[in-house]
Amino acid sequence: MPIKFPFSRRAAPSDAWTKCPACDAQVFNKQLERAQRVCPSCGHHFRMSVGERIDLLLDPGSFEERDAGLESVDRLGFVDDRPYPERLEASRVKTGLRDAVVWGVGAIDGQRVAIGIFDFRFMGGSMGSVVGEKLARCFETALAERIPAIVVSASGGARMQEGTLSLMQLAKTTAPLVRLDAAGVPFIAVLTDPTTGGVLASFASLGDVIVAEPKALIGFAGARVASDTVGEELPDGFQTAEFLLAHGFVDTIVPRAELRASLARLLRLLPVAAVDEGQPVEPERGWGPIGALSGLAERLGGAVGDSIGIDVDPEAADVGGNGSGPRKAPTTAEREQER
Amino acid sequence: MNDAQMLDQGTAAPDAAADEAWRRVQLARHPQRPRTLDLVPLIFEGFYELHGDRAFGDDPAIVGGPARLDGVPVMVIGHQKGTDTESNILRNFGSPYPEGFRKAQRLMRLADKLGMPVVTFLDTAGAFPGPAAEERGQAEAIASSIKLMTGLQVPIVAVVLGEGGSGGALAIGVGDVVLALENAVYSVISPEGASSILWRSRDEARVAAAAMRMTAEDQLDLGVVDAIISEPGEGAHTDHVATAAAIKAAVVSALRGLSGRETSELLATRYARLRGMGSYLETGGRSRTQPGPPSLRRRIGRILHLPGVPRRPRWSDIWPSDDADDESERGA
Repeated sequence: MPIKFPFSRRAAPSDAWTKCPACDAQVFNKQLERAQRVCPSCGHHFRMSVGERIDLLLDPGSFEERDAGLESVDRLGFVDDRPYPERLEASRVKTGLRDAVVWGVGAIDGQRVAIGIFDFRFMGGSMGSVVGEKLARCFETALAERIPAIVVSASGGARMQEGTLSLMQLAKTTAPLVRLDAAGVPFIAVLTDPTTGGVLASFASLGDVIVAEPKALIGFAGARVASDTVGEELPDGFQTAEFLLAHGFVDTIVPRAELRASLARLLRLLPVAAVDEGQPVEPERGWGPIGALSGLAERLGGAVGDSIGIDVDPEAADVGGNGSGPRKAPTTAEREQER
Repeated sequence: MNDAQMLDQGTAAPDAAADEAWRRVQLARHPQRPRTLDLVPLIFEGFYELHGDRAFGDDPAIVGGPARLDGVPVMVIGHQKGTDTESNILRNFGSPYPEGFRKAQRLMRLADKLGMPVVTFLDTAGAFPGPAAEERGQAEAIASSIKLMTGLQVPIVAVVLGEGGSGGALAIGVGDVVLALENAVYSVISPEGASSILWRSRDEARVAAAAMRMTAEDQLDLGVVDAIISEPGEGAHTDHVATAAAIKAAVVSALRGLSGRETSELLATRYARLRGMGSYLETGGRSRTQPGPPSLRRRIGRILHLPGVPRRPRWSDIWPSDDADDESERGA
């Protein structure tokens, strides 16, 4: 009977090796972990979990997670080969996360930042209502506390299971960036493998500085969608970090080993704008284009057909709610009756 | 209701829903459905089309320019599909390249400068996904359009005419008021795209259309759309003039509701509208500030520098990689 050392390493699991998809080398998992999940023989960057990202980027002990309690709901009752709630639960069990983004406040080399980090393993890092809400809160906290915002993306795009509510997260995550601009608070986007679809078509493309990891897949349309639509095979090397750098859409490609130091340098070089107490942070525009419109109501007044019955008052519209809009569409039955 | 009836309903209902959803998608894509340039002369006076993004080229899939709405100067921007093969090839089937969105941005900045309200018409299957579009920054063009619209200091009314196809639609679709024609659809990805990704076959588009709840009523229910504009008869394709009149009345009414507001109020309301999009639960789950207290094993291990015991607790202990990346989970 073998003598068991009480503090021995876990028995080597059956999947102790990982095959590098780029160079086919067999890499010891422990070795991969120590090398920050970069292949020691070819430099291929494996995807990282959100936990590994936090350990990689933030000062030990500095990270405080926020809004961990946000959970997705199945507003559409969406079913493909299985119901959306089942997919969510499977991802929760697999990753230990509640959704695809963890956000919080931490420090990089002593500099406080609001940071959101994607985990691709949770439903492909897809952006639904919770991801959008967490990132919006991340940006709003950066604004309120006047600290830089960072988002590390790894996402296939908008979460189809939440329909247009996911699409609207593109606008929800982008709107706060306008306020960061006005307030002089920097936002750094870190694009990792993969960053595609709706995530790239919103905040991820809007960093004041955009940093990418080497060879990361970065593109708007998934290769399958693109080749289906265009009906042709796509060229190699397109939709990589290097392709985007060559075309002017990212600032720099930083190997993972240097990422933390690189972000620390950028944060020092791009400080939050100093606030002059005498000046309002968001100056009202001195002249009012809306003023020119104040006569609009009167000028349009006579032309409105009230008989049509559409009178849209956005304040009456239930924001994000169940559409207690001014006029409900007739139900199918009502429409049948009209005919 | 007995069990047999319930069973019957359970199997029949999804088919019926798929049929109805697909009927709407077909109506939204109807070849005779009025396009932006069909409607503009019927709604506005003196539309003067402007061309080019001032950087690369002119995209015929997006049209725009100043016009007057009952005498009031406005900026009109819309997707433009063709009506036959020839015009569809010219218009790239209404799927814009980045320069289309950048033209829209340029026109919106002009509207902002001159204090003109912006009226946009959405009718696209989506932004064009080809290699040339990627090369010129399709995602950046959409993202910066959305950003520009969220901060534009003039009122914006968006009208979904036919297909509201994903990011390519939203890029000119951020508004203070978003209206939709009765048979318009709005979706995060085309039903064919969703079918190909989630069902791994292009044959389930009907089911995907129903699952995504993309009809105008669904969008009203989700709060994405604020009001629905009724279509004449069997649909907008049967009567362009009546459709234009209904759209005009709705747009005028919406702009009237927005006029006279302070810029700050307008922007705050628009922000709140976008900020409220989505639905989620706030469960009050405890946020982590530390990856858990160090266990006795870890504390002893650290003191004794035993192998296999990390020196400090790590976040990767609670959220590790499992080296089994699921490539099948994709987004749009």
